[in-house]
Amino acid sequence: MSQHLAEVAGTAPGAAAPRALRLAERLRARIGADRVLTDPAQLRTYECDGLATFRVRPAVVVLAGHRDDVVETVRMCARDGVPFVARGSGTGLSGGAMPVADGVLIVLSRLRSIVSVDPDNARVVAEPGVVNLWVTREAALYGQAYAPDPSSQQVCSIGGNVAENAGGAHCLKYGFTVNHVMGAEVVLSDGEVVHLGGTAPEHPGLDLLGAFVGSEGTLGVATQVTLRTIQAPESVRTMLVGFHEVADAAGTVSDVIAAGILPAAIEMMDALAIEAAEAAVQCGYPHGAVAVLVIELDGPRAEVDEQFRLVEEIAGARNAFETRIARDDAERALMWRGRKSAFAAVGRISPAYYVQDGVIPRTRLPEVLAEIGRLADEAGVRVANVFHAGDGNLHPLILFDDKVPGAAPAAEELGFAILDLCVDLGGSITGEHGVGVEKKSKMARQFTDADLDTMQLVRCAFDPAGIANPGKLFPTPRLCGERPGVRTADDRRDPSLGEVF
Amino acid sequence: MASVRGARPDAIGGVVPAEVVEPATADEVAEVLRSTRGSVVPVGAGTKTGWAAPPSACDVLLRTTGLDRIVEHEPGDLVAVAEAGVTLDAFQRRLAEHGQMLALDPPEEGATLGGIVGANASGPRRLRYGTVRDLLIGVTVVLADGTTARSGGKVVKNVAGYDLGKLYTGAHGGLGVVVSTSWRLHPLPKAAGAVVLPVGDAEAAGRLAAAVARSTLTPTAVELSFVAGGRGELVVLFESIEASVRAQSATALALLGGGEERAEVPDWFGRRPEGPLVVRLAYAPAALPDVLAALPDGASGTASACTGVAYAALPGEADLDALRAAITPYDGSAVVLAARGPLDAAAHWGPVADSFGLMTRVKDQFDPARRLSPGRLLGGL
Repeated sequence: MSQHLAEVAGTAPGAAAPRALRLAERLRARIGADRVLTDPAQLRTYECDGLATFRVRPAVVVLAGHRDDVVETVRMCARDGVPFVARGSGTGLSGGAMPVADGVLIVLSRLRSIVSVDPDNARVVAEPGVVNLWVTREAALYGQAYAPDPSSQQVCSIGGNVAENAGGAHCLKYGFTVNHVMGAEVVLSDGEVVHLGGTAPEHPGLDLLGAFVGSEGTLGVATQVTLRTIQAPESVRTMLVGFHEVADAAGTVSDVIAAGILPAAIEMMDALAIEAAEAAVQCGYPHGAVAVLVIELDGPRAEVDEQFRLVEEIAGARNAFETRIARDDAERALMWRGRKSAFAAVGRISPAYYVQDGVIPRTRLPEVLAEIGRLADEAGVRVANVFHAGDGNLHPLILFDDKVPGAAPAAEELGFAILDLCVDLGGSITGEHGVGVEKKSKMARQFTDADLDTMQLVRCAFDPAGIANPGKLFPTPRLCGERPGVRTADDRRDPSLGEVF
Repeated sequence: MASVRGARPDAIGGVVPAEVVEPATADEVAEVLRSTRGSVVPVGAGTKTGWAAPPSACDVLLRTTGLDRIVEHEPGDLVAVAEAGVTLDAFQRRLAEHGQMLALDPPEEGATLGGIVGANASGPRRLRYGTVRDLLIGVTVVLADGTTARSGGKVVKNVAGYDLGKLYTGAHGGLGVVVSTSWRLHPLPKAAGAVVLPVGDAEAAGRLAAAVARSTLTPTAVELSFVAGGRGELVVLFESIEASVRAQSATALALLGGGEERAEVPDWFGRRPEGPLVVRLAYAPAALPDVLAALPDGASGTASACTGVAYAALPGEADLDALRAAITPYDGSAVVLAARGPLDAAAHWGPVADSFGLMTRVKDQFDPARRLSPGRLLGGL
């Protein structure tokens, strides 16, 4: 059976993790008995993140209530050589916050203070458990906004966004999370606390912050993050455009970019995704549409108005059969509601589904969508496409019936074939969900051994003992101290995953 | 094989290299690093050699100017790949043929892409477009042991693996030799216009910059030219479509309570100040007036007024420690870009942060023998 969608069960605490359990006793004494969980029933809650097909029960869960709880926990883990994994809201979709069976899961969702809001410097300092949308709400009081807005923004935590470099629809114009993270207080894997970046836009020395963002918890735990806010635009205009052909929708995306227009977002949904969204939230998308685009422009009114007209023309020339323009915030919200609820909505039309996250150069969009359709037909599987078309970030939702034997591995196989396609076209295996445990085997498809070894140099500098979120991101965990290019014949078996059945 | 020149006056920070090599391919760069045991200092065109501390040794000066091919430009993807030795000018000319640009505008004439990455050089338009770290989407480097490694790629959105492009940005060749770069591009703006107004003092400079920063205007640059005390001239540059440039200029005139519209920016716009001691200041953006007030008598320069970065020419005898101490409360730093005589790393960069131990470990991993740009980085790394 395929390993990837198979349930990965944790080994029984007590048998596999005596070190971690001894550590739990000491942690109870230091940070409070009610914050340290070892009861198997309680631990179940934390077996997985948003990628529920990978499950491992951790030996210990620490509910951090303060920065110092994190420092203390990491220090103890370092002393005893116990692996740890940090977790925010657990909305990650690549198993990046999946626990380690003989390790500690540090839950950061109680670190939820917005430490400061500084509109004059356009900075918000937040603890890692703060929910993404709260930052924007806070900034909005001062006419500002926090640009990165993953679809899960009502739930996902800032710490998780930073770990995964999770972006969202507005990356096209505003860049992704790393472009908006100015500083971080980080607990390194030996318990040392360091400050990377800060309030100023530049700092002398190496840009360690740039490497830290998106490192998926493998370089340490952020306990405080300084985010950059932007002024809310003077004008925002959103349109929903319906097409009878997927190729016309994809062509519209290319034509808009080619016209020198940089929209705030261009999102695309195909027929199956539209069907799902309608079933779930009745968003009233154009009847009979085979593809819709949600196109949003923002900025100074004069610019937005003129470019908005131009976009309408472009879509018309590409045979758009219906164009709706949001007249107010409520209508705009409804257009976005269909898009943002699409993942969850697919649950209405299929017993189970599997979300992939790949990137292609946007000019290859029509050919990639056709190829995905061909692969899906060949596999006898349905695929709904809903994605950030403007930056070529695909999210194929692969539908399957988990009660049918073999359906889950077939879905996974199709998802991985799509990732191969992305790499072959010069793209990437992830645009925002991260590599996690799910796609680490695919890293070797996108990168050479030398590339991966070079990344390991960073890992070895930050986490020489390899206890920060081990078993994620890299296809073959290696011991620090091995030199690049000198692989052992028998790469160390990853003990962190528990038993696979 | 790399063309090799005998020693000539290629002194870098006062240090004369034993040998100068000019490889023409990435493989030749790798060969140089594999075949040399001593210290190697990579440079591009050499327009910013004062931006890092002088090397503690330089057996080989490695010029990447021979790596001068634009590898790929796909206009529909707004992405291009070019070797490190391609000059920014040549790159912009090629991109402009398709109505596009790399939205970086450091002024050093003849600067190469690799040098711009290594020195993390930016210009006024950083306000709108960000800096190297925001636009560099992929990089290929040759490490100290000759390994060639790539990070990122040629798609804008990509979070697979560590983003090593960020780490090489501003690393002055201390972690490897950048041989190729991939960039996110932008469309060339269709129209431009500036609002220019005189500024009386540091307090007014801060107030005007803040007014723009907190408005819904979207200038590509807000530049201040100043002399000691903060008196100077402010330029708010709009680049967009014609209607938007006109509308925003009108709004800016009202918001700033004065000024005049001009089709062109003043001569000083985007240039670095010149003088016996030139520093790059970085600080919390709203601290602009405090930072200007902290500058010694006789200082002058330019500030990217809404971003928290300024460039200042200081009198040769200026007390850098005092300046650094005065701007510390604003998360401030002052890095020397040019000095009359060589400065040690501590004087060049200023004090190290609490992450310096980590930086040292990173350097040790990438360059365990400390061969690459030795001594040029913060803390003498």
